[in-house]
Amino acid sequence: MRFRAKIVDVACLNHFSRIINTIAKLAKTCILRLTVCKLYFILSDKVANGGASMWCELSQGNFFDEFQMEGVAAEHNEIYLEFVPENLSRALKTAQSAKAVKIKLTNKHCPCLRVAVELPSLSSSSRIVTHDIPVGVIPRRMWNDFKEPRVPDFDVSIYLPVLKTMKSVVERMKNLSNFIVIEANLSGEMNLKIETDLVSVTTHFKDLGNPPWASEDGCQSSAQGRDLESMAEACIDIKKLQQLLAGQQVNPTKALCNIVRKRIVHFILLHEEVSLQYFIPAIA
Amino acid sequence: MPFSAQPPASGERYALSASLDNARHLSSLLRAVHFQDYATCLATASGLRVTVEDAKCIQANAFIQAEIFQEFSVQEESVMFRISLSVLLDCLTIFGTSSLPGTSTALRMCYHGYGHPLMLFLEEGGVVTVCKINTQEPDELLDFDFCSTKVVNKIILQSEGLREAFAELDMTSEVLQITMSPDKPYFRLSTFGNAGSAHLDYPRDSDLMEAFYCNQTQTNRYKISLLKPSTKALALSCKVSIRTDAQGFLSLQYMIRNEDGQICFVEYYCCPDENITEAEL
Repeated sequence: MRFRAKIVDVACLNHFSRIINTIAKLAKTCILRLTVCKLYFILSDKVANGGASMWCELSQGNFFDEFQMEGVAAEHNEIYLEFVPENLSRALKTAQSAKAVKIKLTNKHCPCLRVAVELPSLSSSSRIVTHDIPVGVIPRRMWNDFKEPRVPDFDVSIYLPVLKTMKSVVERMKNLSNFIVIEANLSGEMNLKIETDLVSVTTHFKDLGNPPWASEDGCQSSAQGRDLESMAEACIDIKKLQQLLAGQQVNPTKALCNIVRKRIVHFILLHEEVSLQYFIPAIA
Repeated sequence: MPFSAQPPASGERYALSASLDNARHLSSLLRAVHFQDYATCLATASGLRVTVEDAKCIQANAFIQAEIFQEFSVQEESVMFRISLSVLLDCLTIFGTSSLPGTSTALRMCYHGYGHPLMLFLEEGGVVTVCKINTQEPDELLDFDFCSTKVVNKIILQSEGLREAFAELDMTSEVLQITMSPDKPYFRLSTFGNAGSAHLDYPRDSDLMEAFYCNQTQTNRYKISLLKPSTKALALSCKVSIRTDAQGFLSLQYMIRNEDGQICFVEYYCCPDENITEAEL
């Protein structure tokens, strides 16, 4: 198993750091899956994670100037590592004005991701700051636990409102309640609601638009026979939603959510080079 | 918009009904008195008064006159209820607290009367939020019986002169001692903390002193933990009037100019700390 990669471009480095910051807000521990072309950050829906799960995918070519990987075996040319994203986020904080960042999988005393940040220096030799981030190697027999989740059979799919507004509203609602109801219909309307003994607050968004999804037989899913006004709702842990929104440091190109009535809310946030899916289960 | 999101027509008979183009005119003033969870709201034809009290010795009032509102109507002589100020503030600032130029949250407030919740309708950028906050029976409020005829000493200062002093008060001191006198030191703030005592003097001819009417030398001490929250009102204000009566009761009145240049007032009343004897002063 070998892995070494290098980022030299400052914009790529900043973008990569932002992605790691977002992941760190969503998961204490997660899986990093390395393939020849892509990096994946995966959080599976174990009970320990509070039931939320995440799948983040990016093409290594968009970020790394050099990328070499050799998986566990020729026919399974991938590496799965368990790590704490906050550790990587902190290491990358020191790289804000770096000339280059090299990441290498090492096994001196225990498996680590060695992040070497080359900083500009006045003298002829560079300063290098090295961070060793402990990782757990996931054996091949457990790889099936981390498969890409299927898009659920949703009742409503809708584009999210301006994230800045949604974030403000959810942050305030978090002061008032532990749970939030998110409901939407096929007429581009979404409501966020909280209700306690003391107060009830509902925010109404409209004209959001519903994304077209091609159905299995290749035709666009038709809205015929489906009630456009009827709301599909799910009650979720407000902290999870707030973490997702707080982690968005840059406006995504596309942001939408799929609601399965009373079961799960599936968020999809697309940026140019990275896609993030986050699943929040409904509270029974 | 679904029916439930529509604010009621103005023809409906509400005990209190008000509209405000910029909810910040209300929320920023309420923050200046937000040192306890609960507040008592009193609405009369002249406007809205929100009162917060603590320890039966301190009372803060925020006054928002009817003229500040685009529409303000109270059906009976007065309407009074107790409400969670924390919840009210979270609702008023639901769209965030940063003030981008040109954006503001519009507010409509309706209250049916005793036993009913306070309804808020807030709108910004086409997004509407509806809030229903439960109200309670109002408590009896303290009456400091502080009127201008009983004032012994009064000074009016520009707030910028006091801001730093209040922000940096030695909180290890149990009390804030205020001395007002026709003679030196004229106006002195003192604290007695772990590291020692600190005195801050303001001369009567200072540029910051707008008015100085001291007839008698008075030194009074107030529990610093009770007065510290007034720093918020001081931070918002342009001028503050400091008055004491014969019993040593303190009145702090803050003149606050909102974004549109309109004037509002916040006042704090505080009882002197009874635990010290004359001999100690």
